Amino acid sequence: MRIILKSFLAALAILFMTQAVAVSADLTEASQGLLAKGYKDKTAAVEAVAATGDARSVIILEALLGGKLFIQKSDNVLVIGVKAEGGYKTVNAITGTEIGLTPKSDVKKVRINNKMRGLIKGQLGGLTLLSDDPALRMKAANAVFISRPKEMMAPMQSALASETDPTVVPAMTRALAALELRHGATMADKQAALEILSDLHDPQVKSLLSGELSSLRALQNPTGPEKELIIAVQAGLTKIDEKLDFLNIIENIFQGISLGSVLLLAAIGLAITFGVMGVINMAHGEMVMIGAYTTYVVQELCRNFAPGFLDYALIAAVPLAFIVSGLCGVGIERSVIRYLYGRPLETLLATWGISLILQQFVRTIFGPTNKEVSSPEWLSGTWEVTGGLALTYNRIAIILFAAAVLLMLVLILKKTAFGLQMRAVTQNRQMAASMGIRTGWVDAMTFGLGSGVAGMAGVALSQIDNVSPNLGQAYIIDSFMVVVFGGVGNLWGTLVGALSLGITNKFLEPYTGAVLAKILVLVAIILFIQKRPRGLFALKGRAVES
Amino acid sequence: MLGLRKVAGIMTGAAMLATSALGLGTAQAADDVIKVGVLHSLSGTMAISETTLKDAVLMMVDDLNKNGGLLGKKVEAVVVDPASNWPLFAEKARELIEVDKVDVVFGCWTSVSRKSVLPVFEELNSMLFYPVQYEGEESSRNVFYTGAAPNQQAIPAVEYLMSEEGGDVKRWVLAGTDYVYPRTTNKILEAFLKSKGVADEDIMISYTPFGHSDWQTIVSDIKKFGSEGKKTAVVSTINGDANVPFYKELGNQGIVASDIPVIAFSVGEEELAGLDTAPLVGHLAAWNYFMSVEDEENAEFIKKWHAFIGDDERVTNDPMEATYIGFQMWVQAVKQAGTTDVDAVRQAMYGQEVKNLTGGTAVMNTNHHLSKPVLIGEIQDDGQIETVWRTDGVVKGDAWSDFIPESAKLTSDWTYPFVCGGCEKAMF
Repeated sequence: MRIILKSFLAALAILFMTQAVAVSADLTEASQGLLAKGYKDKTAAVEAVAATGDARSVIILEALLGGKLFIQKSDNVLVIGVKAEGGYKTVNAITGTEIGLTPKSDVKKVRINNKMRGLIKGQLGGLTLLSDDPALRMKAANAVFISRPKEMMAPMQSALASETDPTVVPAMTRALAALELRHGATMADKQAALEILSDLHDPQVKSLLSGELSSLRALQNPTGPEKELIIAVQAGLTKIDEKLDFLNIIENIFQGISLGSVLLLAAIGLAITFGVMGVINMAHGEMVMIGAYTTYVVQELCRNFAPGFLDYALIAAVPLAFIVSGLCGVGIERSVIRYLYGRPLETLLATWGISLILQQFVRTIFGPTNKEVSSPEWLSGTWEVTGGLALTYNRIAIILFAAAVLLMLVLILKKTAFGLQMRAVTQNRQMAASMGIRTGWVDAMTFGLGSGVAGMAGVALSQIDNVSPNLGQAYIIDSFMVVVFGGVGNLWGTLVGALSLGITNKFLEPYTGAVLAKILVLVAIILFIQKRPRGLFALKGRAVES
Repeated sequence: MLGLRKVAGIMTGAAMLATSALGLGTAQAADDVIKVGVLHSLSGTMAISETTLKDAVLMMVDDLNKNGGLLGKKVEAVVVDPASNWPLFAEKARELIEVDKVDVVFGCWTSVSRKSVLPVFEELNSMLFYPVQYEGEESSRNVFYTGAAPNQQAIPAVEYLMSEEGGDVKRWVLAGTDYVYPRTTNKILEAFLKSKGVADEDIMISYTPFGHSDWQTIVSDIKKFGSEGKKTAVVSTINGDANVPFYKELGNQGIVASDIPVIAFSVGEEELAGLDTAPLVGHLAAWNYFMSVEDEENAEFIKKWHAFIGDDERVTNDPMEATYIGFQMWVQAVKQAGTTDVDAVRQAMYGQEVKNLTGGTAVMNTNHHLSKPVLIGEIQDDGQIETVWRTDGVVKGDAWSDFIPESAKLTSDWTYPFVCGGCEKAMF
């Protein structure tokens, strides 16, 4: 009995071993095409590798998609490499055995093009549909939704039946409906699938239905049920379009607020230096630029000395940018501007000169090329509110940041002793001085505060714009526009001005294009200023008269 | 009146003295040097792109002098800064030719700056080498265009995307900055697409101002335009700084290359240097040169560049190759003519051959445009662009596009019997 069992087990082991070897041999053979130069051979090889069903095939295809699959030049063997000091840490792609450190020049990357990328994603979808990781299953379902191969029907059905994660179920339902619509056996199946799909409102479903519609229309002699299907698809499309139109308006408002908050950030420092102090500060944009460069320096320092904190470098950059730009501002005020109070034309020319000097200074130190400020992980990507409405995280963060900066400024102005002195000096310099306020010191601090806030704006702008010596110039005109439109000397005016300009711009843009929208907004502001020279919220009282 | 002229004369003399003293450092007689003018912006918006080309010319002048100079004379570069200010380009060009007496000028980047200096070069019969891809529809007797004409970049790029390998694209977004190069290129592309049977509703054209930074609306429009069930691609003639926020927004809104590929004509290695390219992998660029091309000439060029600039991280790009080809051709033509006289050198330029940095040979044609290969590449996560497709041989640059009816009839040929930059019949 025991002997029989033993021999049975041995036979089983041998069987298992030969099978394992056989599969691996299959994979070697299937992957041969990847060594070829032409994309046709490679495409065939991707399909062959996926068809083996070998566990390694997922690893190979993922490496290929991620650009980590290489050919070892010496013996034409596929290896998977991870970047390391002095080359790549490589493992054999077929067997998974470690090879070790390979210099860069000894391996050649397996190149893929966009068509292959789509194919690999679809194939990986098929292979990872039953993976343990719900995120992977989700990705797989979405990939199948895009590629819709007929052979995925049965696996998708069984995957959906055994799916327990509530977040993955909708994605799988959607993918299955897409499969049914394309390959369903009966018209009833297709109609049912269509019903599920037209309840969803995202552009991908719209794309799928429009594609189906045009292929149905291309049919030579549509049968009765096919004609019915055409009508049903059209109805489904109209339903989706209605929902998308509504979401579109919400999206427009969001984008308007987001543009408005960028304008607000850029202008709010100017609302202090120009609005409160009355200095026509053409170097304001350069304070923003210096803030952005401070972010770059902080990030580089982090990269070199504390790579673990790289994701938080941006947060550390906020106070530092405030300090650097603020000190710059105090320097400018003490060295130049204080001699020019009450002479607006000279101030304008002097600050314009300073802005040119600062630009060239930065260009000399950092070079004329753009500097890369990378976005941390928590600021990348989009938040899918619902299908068809996706808000990007960096824009949301900038809106919140702008609100926080505004709140901070309001508190400083209204609730601190410094704010009180600042307002006193602007309203009546002689009186404030005779009350014992050091007006010169308050001037310097106020200008420093405005400049520092501009520096903080630079941190935010480094996330959405170029960090180059010209960064500031792009914003100076917009900033003046916002402050003048909102009403000089009024923070709330700046807020309302920025937001209304942003939203108007974003509602005009789809109809007129970006160039004309900008022109129209500018013309509207000019007309408005003719009517109300002091802006939206004009200050009243004696202070204005002087 | 006479007094004034005298003063002006004295001042010009003084200026000449000052420049020669500055340039040479030693009291060398003007006869012993050949002067090369460099007319690239070193400040202002275009400094980001043009500074590199100035350095490239300086490197090649340096190299030439180390190898014994030209016609037994030392070569000297005269660098001026037109500061991204288009009218200033014309003034500085005049200064280079009249005051500094340069024998040739390498310069300009934007089409508007080239248009601004054109009358100066024609009036004073001097020679300009223009190293950037441009919209065509021009051929001047005094300019050699070493960058790509539309048929050497835009048309092959669109043909590639239409092909099976490129993804069989049916719907097109033509996005560009609002000035002469994108507008003319898009006009040519639109006519070309229609000739290939693309319907009006499958073409979307959008222009944005220089330095545009808020791309939310346009990117979400592209997303919507791409959700009509047909394969969609974006052809981007967006220029300069605006590209960085554009690509950032693409990445953030999750438009990946396998869904909607973007092919760019103004984005090279230099522009990608300020960008985290991980979300952009697979987007395309069409040029005549990529730094990543494995070729001996290229490796040699990159090595020299790194040694000259003292930074191993600096990249090379297409306009640098165009500057390189132009400079080498000019040197060969001067050697062949035995003089730097503009008319003699011009005649010697025709048929001049220089090895491309990507393999093969570039030839100067009588329409003042080059024959060179066209490459299409994909952006990689390390900021490099890897070739995915290239033309079999070289493509001859065509000054007048065949896809705009009024320019299809025009011929550009500066040799007998035509002798014109754009005429319907031969002049002689």
